[in-house]
Amino acid sequence: MSPDPTPPPPRNSRTIKVDYLARVEGEGAMHVRVKDGLVEDVQLKIFEPPRFFEAFLRGRPFREAPDITARICGICPVAYQMSSCHAMEDAAGVRVTGQLRELRRLLYCGEWIESHGLHVFMLHAPDFLGYPSAIEMAKDHREVVEMGLKLKKVGNDIGNVLGGREVHPVNVKVGGFYKAPRKRDFAKLEEDLKWAADAAEKTIRWTANLPFPDFGQDYELVSLSHPGEYPMNEGRIVSNRGLDIAIAEYEEHFEEEHVPYTNALHSVRKGHGAYFVGPMARFALNFEKLTPRCQSLAREVGMAPACRNPFRSIIIRSVEMLYACEEALRVLSQYEPPDPPSVEVNAGGGTGYGCTEAPRGLLYHRYRVDGQGDIAEAKIVPPTSQNQKTIEDDLRRLVPGYLHLDDDKLQWQCEQAIRNYDPCISCATHFLRIHREEISS
Amino acid sequence: MSRVLVIGVGNALRGDDAAGLHVARRLRGRGMENVHESGGETASLMERWRDANVVLLADAAQSGAPAGTVTRLDASTRPLPAAFLHCSTHAFGVAEAVELSRSLGTLPPKVIVFGIEGTNFEHGATLSPEVESGVADAVRQIETEVKSHA
Repeated sequence: MSPDPTPPPPRNSRTIKVDYLARVEGEGAMHVRVKDGLVEDVQLKIFEPPRFFEAFLRGRPFREAPDITARICGICPVAYQMSSCHAMEDAAGVRVTGQLRELRRLLYCGEWIESHGLHVFMLHAPDFLGYPSAIEMAKDHREVVEMGLKLKKVGNDIGNVLGGREVHPVNVKVGGFYKAPRKRDFAKLEEDLKWAADAAEKTIRWTANLPFPDFGQDYELVSLSHPGEYPMNEGRIVSNRGLDIAIAEYEEHFEEEHVPYTNALHSVRKGHGAYFVGPMARFALNFEKLTPRCQSLAREVGMAPACRNPFRSIIIRSVEMLYACEEALRVLSQYEPPDPPSVEVNAGGGTGYGCTEAPRGLLYHRYRVDGQGDIAEAKIVPPTSQNQKTIEDDLRRLVPGYLHLDDDKLQWQCEQAIRNYDPCISCATHFLRIHREEISS
Repeated sequence: MSRVLVIGVGNALRGDDAAGLHVARRLRGRGMENVHESGGETASLMERWRDANVVLLADAAQSGAPAGTVTRLDASTRPLPAAFLHCSTHAFGVAEAVELSRSLGTLPPKVIVFGIEGTNFEHGATLSPEVESGVADAVRQIETEVKSHA
């Protein structure tokens, strides 16, 4: 995007206006105002599809929730399916265990590999290397981009075999799956995952050598935590500041604030304020649950046991890709097709809570189901709205250090900082428009 | 004979966005081989066409033309207009797959995109009547093109 052609403005005050180009999955805008070298105001606006879906879900049979909510996002449909399934099963008092639970974890591994692969190689790496997009980066870094595409494809293939197709899996249902794959269906995938684990290891080393700005905040990091595993589907919600609650207690501790300049809601921890969800939070709060190979590599590249620089989250996504490959291989090594492929669930007349770890962070669902089994109320809090206030805080701290940059470079820095969070809007390669205004005080 | 691949791209649950999928299904129903359906995911598309000589791709479009209009675009030598294709799975899709393949030197020698102008991309909607006839038009054009490479 070229800078706004308005005449050169007066000094001391500068407005950076960021307009998002509307695309199918969502839209947003950002406004930063600087006066006398100090950032006066940062406003981030992201329109959120889940709000529409909450209304759309009312009156629909509870069994439709996974299929309907999977349409919210083309990149993380599994997360929406999983949070809704767990919520409905919670309402019915049913627990899905054994091979069915393992298969869900496998499907989630596929989504992490696919989503992190897209973000690391196609969206975030070009920022660090100074390319406008992966297309230009591919000309100079052919091997890296090809490796990224192949890695992402392995994630897609898990979705193909287990979910029925690569985008919007159709095989997931409340209680399990419509059909369980045979052991031999996974044969090729096992070989591909071994390659993918090695590729992810190379990716960790490659991303660790990218140039990172010295930046970070004392964030409150929030993620799921499970006693026996790195969190995906289940656990308690914990933070580095002592929070430790059951999923059903989420709304007692977190609330969404109406913000006047946006139709989106900003999540805060009650009495504490902004917080941070996503790979950096999961990594810091669950480091010891990673595999020995992941832990050792993270240590080798100086990431362990925690990191507070969100720009380095590209390294953590790479570690999580390796984890997902290893975890998928573990599931496959002991796989026996569950028979039947689902358990009976009747969620009529109850309220259920579900929270899982989408690639970009905590995804909370709550449903109230009436006596007929229809959804009476739905609440969905996506990771992007939970991070929104923190992204604003980052920009507020980051921009003063970059005020000497011209508009194009400043735009690039802001985009890169927003992309640290892998928000839904980040899929548009360039979504910022800089508008400069300077007024003497 | 050159290896000709036909790919119909779309999202079956978003109204006219399914146009490309309908094209693929109809062509298969009429006995054509090497016809595939795709959700438009970049990496999968790139792998699919890696060994092809000719790729004929049908996808829904939003370019401002009247609904059902079929626009033939030759992507072999120049980029697709980014705003032309309707992106069904975030903003990373067909246009990016073409350009990434071009950067990597893996783009097949001939890539023709048939964009079928859509009008209704609502969740759960069915194909609009104008787009139905656009699908039939694209099917005819692709059949002619495939014969020319036989």
